[in-house]
Amino acid sequence: MSSILIIVFAPLLASIIAGLGNRHIGNVPAKIITTAGLFISCGLSWPIFIHYLGGDVPAQVVPVLKWVQSGSMSFDWALRVDTLTAIMLVVITSVSALVHLYSWGYMDEDPDQPRFFAYLSLFTFAMLMLVTADNLVQMFFGWEGVGLASYLLIGFWFKKPSAGAAAIKAFVVNRVGDLGFMLGIFGTFLVFQTTSIPEILAAAPALKGASSIGFLGMRVDTMTVLCLLLFVGAMGKSAQLGLHTWLPDAMEGPTPVSALIHAATMVTAGVFMVCRLSPMFEAAPIALGVVTFIGAATCLFAATVGTTQWDIKRVIAYSTCSQLGYMFFAAGVGAYGAAMFHLFTHAFFKALLFLGAGSVIHAMHHEQDMRFYGGLRRHIPITFWAMMAGTLAITGVGVYHLGVGFAGFFSKDAIIEVAYASGTEVGRFAFWIGVFAALLTSFYSWRLMFLTFWGKPRWIQSEHIQHAVHDAHGHHDDHADYAHTAHDDRAHAAHADHGHDDHAHDHGDGTGGYHPHESPLVMLIPLIVLSVGAVAAGQVFKGAFLDTAAFWNGSIAYNEHLMHAMHEVPYLVKYAALIVMLLGLLIAWYGYIRNTNFPRSVAEQLGPVYRFLFNKWYFDQLYHVVFIKPALWLGRQFWQRGDVGLIDRFGPNGAAWLVDRGAVLAKKVQSGYLTSYALVMLLGLVAAISWVLV
Amino acid sequence: MGGFPILSLMLLVPFIGAIACLFSEAKTARIIALVATLANLGLGIVLWASYDIGGAQWQFTERADLFAGFQWALGIDGIALMLLVLTVFLMPICIGASWSSITKRVGEYMAAFLMVEVLIIGVFTAQDLLLFYIFFEAGLIPMYLIIGVWGGDNRIYASYKFFLYTLLGSVLMLIAMLWMVREAGTSDIPTLMAYDFPAGAQTWLFLAFFASFAVKMPMWPVHTWLPDAHVQAPTAGSIILAGVLLKMGGYGFIRFSLPMFPEASAQFGWLIWSLSMVAVVVTSLIALVQADMKKLIAYSSVAHMAIVTIGLFAFNVQGLEGAMVVMLSHGLVSGALFLCVGIIYDRLHTREIARYGGLAINMPMYAMFFLLFTMASIGLPGTSGFVGEFLSLAGIYQVSSWVALVCTTGIILGAAYMLLLYRRVAFGDQVNADAAAMKDINVREWLMLAPLAAAALWMGVYPESFLAPMRKDIATLDARLARAAPHGDAKLVITEKAAAADEHAAHEGAH
Repeated sequence: MSSILIIVFAPLLASIIAGLGNRHIGNVPAKIITTAGLFISCGLSWPIFIHYLGGDVPAQVVPVLKWVQSGSMSFDWALRVDTLTAIMLVVITSVSALVHLYSWGYMDEDPDQPRFFAYLSLFTFAMLMLVTADNLVQMFFGWEGVGLASYLLIGFWFKKPSAGAAAIKAFVVNRVGDLGFMLGIFGTFLVFQTTSIPEILAAAPALKGASSIGFLGMRVDTMTVLCLLLFVGAMGKSAQLGLHTWLPDAMEGPTPVSALIHAATMVTAGVFMVCRLSPMFEAAPIALGVVTFIGAATCLFAATVGTTQWDIKRVIAYSTCSQLGYMFFAAGVGAYGAAMFHLFTHAFFKALLFLGAGSVIHAMHHEQDMRFYGGLRRHIPITFWAMMAGTLAITGVGVYHLGVGFAGFFSKDAIIEVAYASGTEVGRFAFWIGVFAALLTSFYSWRLMFLTFWGKPRWIQSEHIQHAVHDAHGHHDDHADYAHTAHDDRAHAAHADHGHDDHAHDHGDGTGGYHPHESPLVMLIPLIVLSVGAVAAGQVFKGAFLDTAAFWNGSIAYNEHLMHAMHEVPYLVKYAALIVMLLGLLIAWYGYIRNTNFPRSVAEQLGPVYRFLFNKWYFDQLYHVVFIKPALWLGRQFWQRGDVGLIDRFGPNGAAWLVDRGAVLAKKVQSGYLTSYALVMLLGLVAAISWVLV
Repeated sequence: MGGFPILSLMLLVPFIGAIACLFSEAKTARIIALVATLANLGLGIVLWASYDIGGAQWQFTERADLFAGFQWALGIDGIALMLLVLTVFLMPICIGASWSSITKRVGEYMAAFLMVEVLIIGVFTAQDLLLFYIFFEAGLIPMYLIIGVWGGDNRIYASYKFFLYTLLGSVLMLIAMLWMVREAGTSDIPTLMAYDFPAGAQTWLFLAFFASFAVKMPMWPVHTWLPDAHVQAPTAGSIILAGVLLKMGGYGFIRFSLPMFPEASAQFGWLIWSLSMVAVVVTSLIALVQADMKKLIAYSSVAHMAIVTIGLFAFNVQGLEGAMVVMLSHGLVSGALFLCVGIIYDRLHTREIARYGGLAINMPMYAMFFLLFTMASIGLPGTSGFVGEFLSLAGIYQVSSWVALVCTTGIILGAAYMLLLYRRVAFGDQVNADAAAMKDINVREWLMLAPLAAAALWMGVYPESFLAPMRKDIATLDARLARAAPHGDAKLVITEKAAAADEHAAHEGAH
């Protein structure tokens, strides 16, 4: 199966050509090469996936190159394909190909297009290396590679200070997780004497509860500590509670990036890792409990914050964070198939939502604040219907007895049911959290839809729109979107000075004379394709993902008993998600269409709670006080007081001072007066004689 | 290569070049220096190509008795070979970096550089203890001159500090060496590496050598000469200082301290570990608050060198090989970073980070190279920085999970200070008109950066080329250290008897 070589390396090659060629080869060739590379990868990936859908297909490994051999530690570059990888291949290449295509339209005015497409392809390559890894170290290569691409793409509009800060934050917070991942690899090597994933997974079950390992001076259960360390890595990459702070800020990147990296693929790497290593986690029940708990906690946390945000991308970002929590607690209760299924469907509908949001933002001249939207469904109907498909999918619309539903219905309900069916205490906890989070999901998703597409236009007050109108009226030139983004801050500053009404021509309908237009075809095609996925992916693939052990064929720990129990849960549990979805819809409808004063009065009544949620549980502020400020303070202390004040002062400078003083003394002795020399000689003579005599 | 004295030739070529430079005017001196260093690079490649991997431990040996048992004895093993290749690779780049930025006393400057090359090659090839000492200490003199004559505003202070520090341990090391020669009856390094000194004496010998190598490394807290020396040195001086001179400390540990005093090395493992842990955390934090680019990179060097020392004192193959790769990688990457600083310093004549900004706009090619080396410095997998760091830390983890944890925090702090530097230099808007007017790199600069970039990627993707020549020597050293190696605190213990058999079977299966 050498097609895997093409799948993985075509994006790398395209990235190198576009990246090094950059402005020399021009926009169009760079875009054609990278997009073509991705469509080739995508075209080759689907046959592999369909092949695996047949069931009972064994894993294949294509060796590429020797990497490192050091004593008993050795790991090579190799591409491994099994069911789990095949799923990820289609997810990554499909979404990436569509995002490449979409970016033709979205980034059309940007002066740096080759660089953008090179980064996108580079990301895809790294992500493919991650999912095809046959050993932990190559997985770590992909892991850090996607981190690099993410860093570059978040900071793509590097002139914006906020983009640069967000890029660093993403990289550094991920590195905290990587610390755990690296220690996990070291520990795994120490225990199993290999980094090869199949060998580790084969040996792991025998160690369940049967051994202990020293860690930080304690003796702890081997598998528990290894799995927890690796899970810290997963938490960083998948933005789980505590290490999630980078994800909302990552929305500084262009929206296609958010769709590809921060929704569909990279952030699911942690879930992929836990599933890939599922036999290890199965040998560590305590670690699984932690995974469940963290997953559920994230799910709740992110959903609560998502209900209060105004930025359309941030709402979707918190929604992603929350959905990742679902995947983790599914894995935590042992339903890796359900976790992967949700990962699969989520990739389509979340990419759809992001690209839809991108289309809205494109139409609204880079305005992202939903308070300045309204009534857009008449202006951009295709985008509206695509977003509608995504919303129906994420909120899990479907009816159990009819057996029909959107993608999220099958995957999210499976997770909620399996948490209930797991029968463990933490599983039950996750179940309740899952149901409540589903209510919140429904609420914030419909809130987004209602604020954006229903009601009256409200964008007259938007600075971005005013800017656009002003430009159009003033200069009559087709102004670059990019320029607006890059000059956001200046624009803001300028408008703050001028006041808002100077430029706005009130046409009496809240539009200020600005009429949003539907996006070009290259942006709409991906939306339509993904809409199909959001509608149908659950229906088509649920049998394979949830109920077929032969499909997985040992690539994850498939618990037949649990998956069976999942189908036996009471009807109330099966309908719980649908009920809360309707409830959420109702609340959102009441608050954002029926009685638009309702949300404000609720927010006022719940003052402290609202502020707590709106400020994202104060994580950023907390980390700033606890980590960033002390680190800088310590750095200054160690430098000024340690290096300069202590080491230099008493070290070299002290030595120099001593020599200096010594020289002064010596100079005094050598006074040049004959009498003092004579005195010294006399004293010396006396001393010598008395020493000899005594 | 038979009996052809290629190592002596590699010493001779730059030596003759140095003398020729002294008597030449600026233009000729530059060309002589470039030709001499390129010729040596050619010889180095020949050496690498004809090195017999898995052959004799010491190859290309030359031996001539001089007086009183003192010998002109040269020879290399795989470890020395790799450091030698690094040296001859960096030298032409140093000459290139000084091409237009050095305008006064060019002949003398080039001569000093060529002398540095002679002495460093001498250090890595000497097989006689006293010969080694001479090369090791004499290397200070041209470096001292380079900083003191062609350095920045505060060059005198920096060069004195450099000299005082590095001389500190020398006397002790000389005394220890003389004692060793008397005790063992030979000054032949290969013989001494297999000689078992009494454990009591090892303690003092180890400390005497440690005093010298710790300063050269440099280890915390005797590192404060490095930031000043770097800041004041001309670009090429920084490249060679970070690229090769610091490696003399690590080379000293791996050539002398570990094989000659294995028991004492194990005994003082805790000391090395503690100093390394402090170095990683403290110097990384200090790097975080620097406003001067060169100082920032200098402090990051101290943190990287701490990864070398913990790798060396992990007493296992991964640690030792990791330490070697970190040294090679750091040679390339920090050299390249100083070069990057030098390139913009040549244009704007300031090292102050805040004076730059938005360079990705007007210098896109430069920004790309700078990014690559930044990533290599923070150990991104696929670059040279990762392989060494990973192996070193994997090595120390087998000995102490605490040390591994503390030192691995370096990957977080390292990312923070390097990305902060990159952001302030390359990202953001163009705030300074003169910085915004700077031109992108020219052909000469491209010719210096591209080989460094290629080497850093090569070492990251296929480090086998670099590991293979060292493998046998590291294995030999590891075998010698085995008797003293400390027991790890993280060892696996099977608690249930019934499961033990199963696990054992699984464990065997895993091999």
